[in-house]
Amino acid sequence: MDEDKPARVAVTVTVNGRRLSAELEPRTTLADFLRVDLGLTGTHLGCEHGVCGACTVLLDGRAVRSCIMLAVQAAGHEVTTIEALANEGELHPLQQAFVDKHGLQCGFCTPGFIMAAAELLERDPDPTEQALLETLGGQVCRCTGYEAIIESVRDAAEKLRQQGVGPLELLAAALEKNAAPGGGE
Amino acid sequence: MKPPAFEYAAPTSVAEAVALLDERGFDAKVLAGGQSLMALLNMRLARPELLVDIARVPGLDSIEISDGCLVVGAMVRQRSLEFFPGLADSHPLLLAGLRHVAHPQNRNQGTVCGSLAHADPAAELPALAVAAGAEFVIEGPDGKRSESAEDFFITYLTTTLEPAELLVEARFPLLREGSGWSVQEVTRRHGDFALAGAVVTMRIADARVADPRVVAFGVGAVPLRCTAAEQALAGAEPGPAAWKEAGALVAEAVEDPLDDVHASAAQRRSVAGVMASRAMEEAAARA
Repeated sequence: MDEDKPARVAVTVTVNGRRLSAELEPRTTLADFLRVDLGLTGTHLGCEHGVCGACTVLLDGRAVRSCIMLAVQAAGHEVTTIEALANEGELHPLQQAFVDKHGLQCGFCTPGFIMAAAELLERDPDPTEQALLETLGGQVCRCTGYEAIIESVRDAAEKLRQQGVGPLELLAAALEKNAAPGGGE
Repeated sequence: MKPPAFEYAAPTSVAEAVALLDERGFDAKVLAGGQSLMALLNMRLARPELLVDIARVPGLDSIEISDGCLVVGAMVRQRSLEFFPGLADSHPLLLAGLRHVAHPQNRNQGTVCGSLAHADPAAELPALAVAAGAEFVIEGPDGKRSESAEDFFITYLTTTLEPAELLVEARFPLLREGSGWSVQEVTRRHGDFALAGAVVTMRIADARVADPRVVAFGVGAVPLRCTAAEQALAGAEPGPAAWKEAGALVAEAVEDPLDDVHASAAQRRSVAGVMASRAMEEAAARA
């Protein structure tokens, strides 16, 4: 037993609609909490200093880097990860667009790109070229050269506009299911 | 690439935060949005014993306009200020500058005051604060004090903040009626730290430049206010000749710019001058 170890902290956080409590070392990053403690390995870790964007998740609907955020900072907030997107095996329009438009090769960066794009399209269903590039410019991909990613997000935006829903609005029903009795704690 | 172990405290008042900082001195570090600090922790370039998270202190996330200033609390996220209703009218300079601060994914979490207190010389917010003549309200064990942005920055990542002090709000004076403004910078990609950049504000009165303010960033240890360029501009006839002359004075004022893999010292000096000239031209056009 290491007596020098700082006290663990209690964290209650909602992840993909499910309310969870955990006792964590304060230094646990949100990314490690998601991946190691919850097994949600769809959130990837690349640079671990906030540059590459592979670890991007939504915090109360805002895209953030989960590698440069502590799990304890997310206490009391709602975290949404890539795992929340598909609904019973059916891909989310953003995911489907990446498949249709070849928006990925190795796929490592893809969850981050999709979560960043989800915030953008929720905020602005028909983003300007500049807004699109500014958002996607915060994510790094080493395979595609970005053109196909941009095309994928444009395609998803168009499909979502046709359906008349935002990318996060679409999740609400599935998340509520998660939060239902039996699905929680 | 994981942070070292530390203790964590989440005070619920500024007084409590200050008391914790006072007790632990240099071993404690304030955590706001963490967009600079967490990277340093992951790389183990910083090893504080205690993190004092100020996100749970009520009231620090307020943005208001009072006494001719845009008043930004310690926990205001950069993105919250960017989306503050009417910012395009009340402080267009800050809005333009904020859009150069990292990426939206960082601005969602990063705070305005955190960037100021971190004092990276290549960051936009310190330069914007100096250009706008901002005042900082700082709270410590002996109470509150106020300091101008110009006096606040000492050198790389170093300000006048004492270990037990907290930057509780930044007050950005609104631009004078008829002021023009511009932020220009060169980065490898939009959102990266600037290799060099400039912030300029000015008015045009009786077809002459009035109240010019010229600040370069990314070229020294702190945001560089270029008084020689300001003196040359004051009363000058707006036009390419004036911008070129004053821009050259900015390049001349750059003393010891960073020289690294991203850009040589000579390149940074040159770019600072060109960015300043372009900023002058754009600011004059908006005045």
